[in-house]
Amino acid sequence: MFDIDKWQEILGTIKKNKLRTFLTGFAVAWGIFMLMILLGAGNGLSNGVGSNFEGNALNAMWIWSRETTLPYEGFQPGRRIQLTMDDLEEIAKIDKIDLISARYWIGDRTYSYQNEYGNYNTQSCHPDYQHIEKLIITKGRFLNEIDMEYDRKVMVIGHDIEEALFKDKDPIGEFIRVGTVPFKVIGVYNEMDPREGTRQGLIPIATAQRLFNAGNRIHNMALTTVDVTKKESQRVEEEIRLLLAKRHKFDPEDQRAIGIYNSLENYIETMNIFSAIKMFVWLIGIGTLIAGIVGVSNIMLIVVKERTKEIGIRKALGATPGSIIGLVLLESILITALAGYIGMVLGISLMEGVNFMMEQQAQAQVGTSGDQGEFRMFMNPTVDLRIAVSAMLLLVSAGALAGYIPAKRAASIKPIDALHDE
Amino acid sequence: MITLKNLHKSYFTASNSLHVLKGISLDIHQGEFVSVMGSSGSGKSTLLNILGILDSYDKGSYHLDGKLIQNMSEKNAAKYRNETLGFIFQSFNLISFKNAMENVALPLYYQGVSRKKRNVTALEYLDKLGLLEWAEHMPNELSGGQKQRVAIARALISKPKVILADEPTGALDTQTSYEVMEILKEINQEGITIIIVTHEHDIAAMTDKIIKLRDGVIGDLIINGDLASFKKSYAKNVATL
Ligand SMILES: Nc1ncnc2c1ncn2[C@@H]1O[C@H](COP(=O)(O)OP(=O)(O)O)[C@@H](O)[C@H]1O
Ligand SMILES: [Mg+2]
Repeated sequence: MFDIDKWQEILGTIKKNKLRTFLTGFAVAWGIFMLMILLGAGNGLSNGVGSNFEGNALNAMWIWSRETTLPYEGFQPGRRIQLTMDDLEEIAKIDKIDLISARYWIGDRTYSYQNEYGNYNTQSCHPDYQHIEKLIITKGRFLNEIDMEYDRKVMVIGHDIEEALFKDKDPIGEFIRVGTVPFKVIGVYNEMDPREGTRQGLIPIATAQRLFNAGNRIHNMALTTVDVTKKESQRVEEEIRLLLAKRHKFDPEDQRAIGIYNSLENYIETMNIFSAIKMFVWLIGIGTLIAGIVGVSNIMLIVVKERTKEIGIRKALGATPGSIIGLVLLESILITALAGYIGMVLGISLMEGVNFMMEQQAQAQVGTSGDQGEFRMFMNPTVDLRIAVSAMLLLVSAGALAGYIPAKRAASIKPIDALHDE
Repeated sequence: MITLKNLHKSYFTASNSLHVLKGISLDIHQGEFVSVMGSSGSGKSTLLNILGILDSYDKGSYHLDGKLIQNMSEKNAAKYRNETLGFIFQSFNLISFKNAMENVALPLYYQGVSRKKRNVTALEYLDKLGLLEWAEHMPNELSGGQKQRVAIARALISKPKVILADEPTGALDTQTSYEVMEILKEINQEGITIIIVTHEHDIAAMTDKIIKLRDGVIGDLIINGDLASFKKSYAKNVATL
């Protein structure tokens, strides 16, 4: 197998039959090229859609209130449900719930610091919110229980606000006026996913309720579960719905009375779709490859037939059946592997090129507009090296497979038949 | 060197069988220069193919260099073809995409000789046959005589004990044929046994022993003194041409 002479013999044969070699290789190169493109596209789709889940904890749920749509116990439909802190406390008691935070928005106010000012939204929440939203604290700290306890007028500002109001100055410990109320800046947050934006000030919900007349009303709740399966997370979702139905007296069947977004469920469903797409891609890819192999095998068969005389001569000169098998098999492997490699490199290059262009475009977009939160379909459409290497191994085996029958046939050629003088 | 005893060979096709060799007994000694003659279809090539272990026989025995050649595995047959036998064909049978030197070197490849060494040896043999300048040429750039000389060099390179040639001059003009026969004679004088198949009397007249096949058996065996008169009569024929 690693006899240099043998390789030279084969390379010599290939070199002197360029067109034939090219035609043989083309089918394989094309097959692998398509496989790489399909895999890359599949990965791109899956990376793109998967990235939309990146900014939040994967096992998070959001609960918000809506209007009832079914009559229940004498109540007319169309009643607005108002979530409260008491609801939150009850929900927190449900098994498997880990972190929980209320959210209550104060609405747009003018934030001012010295001569700088801008309009920003203020959201009040619990300390847990940091981990539910996967906020990154770039300076200072996030809200804590003591801030809640003492209704402190403290604020964690978004990175955008920091840039706008403080420029290069360290904002920690400085006071921002929200309308007329001064808040002490204790931290700066950033989002993992830049599309989510950082144009909010975050304050303790306790402070908001006292300062801005919120009472114990809240707008929505965000929570995470401990590690659960999709089924368990659906059960938690159902329990929450039942609990709220009981507390707010709406029909438990009324799916529209409150909204629940379960990211885990969505994530798992989406990922299931992508594993299905991936399987499909592999199936098509392997199918293309098999077509390539059959093509190589057929061409090698023709080649062996064409070379009958040559093989007969070789046998008359002392070639063993083993050496003839080796000749055909190695030629097949070499052509398949080489052509496959070329197809793979071209396919990967194309996908890397597309990736590069998409990244450039994405950067340009981030630079020019604050366009955020759009759903991303396609991202990083590349094939990882491990798959490429296994594809390579697959190719070599494919070459061996493609060459096997022709090689056997070549070995069984009888020199007298081959040398028959026409 | 070669001993055949009551050798039989039939070809079987779908519809009928053809008994080609019907009991050939024959002794060829080392260093003999033998020609096989006979009408077309008399089994000359069949006999030569059996001698070359390119084909099998049905009955009788064949000893080559003292060893019984029978039911041989392909691998063993390959070894004999490579080391003991050398082949020369009517249609030269050079590999078209290899140049003269590579063609000559091929038997050494199957002996595991390194590329460098076998190319050097191939050049030596091409030189012997006056083809050194043509070493890099492809077969289609050579004349018939040159091709046959390349084929002879290829048959010689593995230093065989026996050279088998099936109508080696069949595709050549008279002049070239005689040149090729001259070369074969020289080779024979170095002690190599040569067996050629031919239907040309003047070619056969240049050998030491003529085996005439008729109806699947040896019809005539012309040696020594008889050969002298044979030679005379055919040499005359040639002269009057
Ligand atoms: N492989 C074969 N199968 C069937 N018949 C064959 C085969 N080879 C030769 N023959 C037949 O055997 C006979 C002898 O052939 P051959 O030895 O080639 O004759 P020669 O060389 O004397 O002209 C011919 O009739 C030929 O048709
Ligand atoms: Mg013949």
